[in-house]
Amino acid sequence: MRIPCPHCGTRDRREFYYYGADDYLRRPAADAAPAAWDAYLHLRDNPAGRLRDLWYHEPCGSWIAVDRDTVSHDIHGAVAVADLGGGRT
Amino acid sequence: MAELIALSPLAGHLPLTVGQFMLTEAYLGPIHSVAPLPGRRAALDAALLAAGLVFPAPCEIREGTGCRLVWAGRDLAFLMGVAPTEAVCAAAAVTDQTDGWAALRLAGPGIADVLARLVPIDCREGALPPGRAARTQINHMPGLLLREGAEAIVLMTFRSMAATLVHEVAEAARRVAARD
Ligand SMILES: [Zn+2]
Repeated sequence: MRIPCPHCGTRDRREFYYYGADDYLRRPAADAAPAAWDAYLHLRDNPAGRLRDLWYHEPCGSWIAVDRDTVSHDIHGAVAVADLGGGRT
Repeated sequence: MAELIALSPLAGHLPLTVGQFMLTEAYLGPIHSVAPLPGRRAALDAALLAAGLVFPAPCEIREGTGCRLVWAGRDLAFLMGVAPTEAVCAAAAVTDQTDGWAALRLAGPGIADVLARLVPIDCREGALPPGRAARTQINHMPGLLLREGAEAIVLMTFRSMAATLVHEVAEAARRVAARD
């Protein structure tokens, strides 16, 4: 399995750490309803097919969101999480 | 007071000649990490320009006068060879890492064959040409590779792993040389 790092190019899977679904990028507001926090923390889809999840490219220190397919094992692309905005600046 | 004798990270381990390969210590001079502070990128670029440097694009080595600025990660570059100016220090988070790294220069025909046994990226000249750098792994160690020429690559890892670096590279070189 090879993953495209937006900075380093396509690299071997052993250079990456897996984190989880990209749901982690959509953190509820602090005062959101308990159901929203429950969904954020615990509820995950388990799709057969396209999904987007988070990986860390350890050598260059980048979190990336990878668009891939769990059936075909195709990798359709990846973007740097920092470039998605939404974080503190 | 005792007279202390400074030793370079690979002193006592190198140089080594293994078949057609030469393993020597690379003396890179002072090494400072330079990370642009939020919102200060333009100021950093101006400060670097005054020192004859440009912040490198990913995987790039920018040469200056007696120094180089090497891409070393997301929003991170290593200044090698000179100390950073005050203006650079004002616009970036700067850390002196000189004593933190061991640097081994591997030279000779067929170095890509040696690195193919250690590094999970393509180190042939077409994929990693002179002027390019790569953050990757050297076997199980984190590493930074600097391509200097057709037959020379500098491998950097943390100083605490200096002896392992020499062992791994020498062993891979020995096995490649044994096939000739
Ligand atoms: Zn990367």
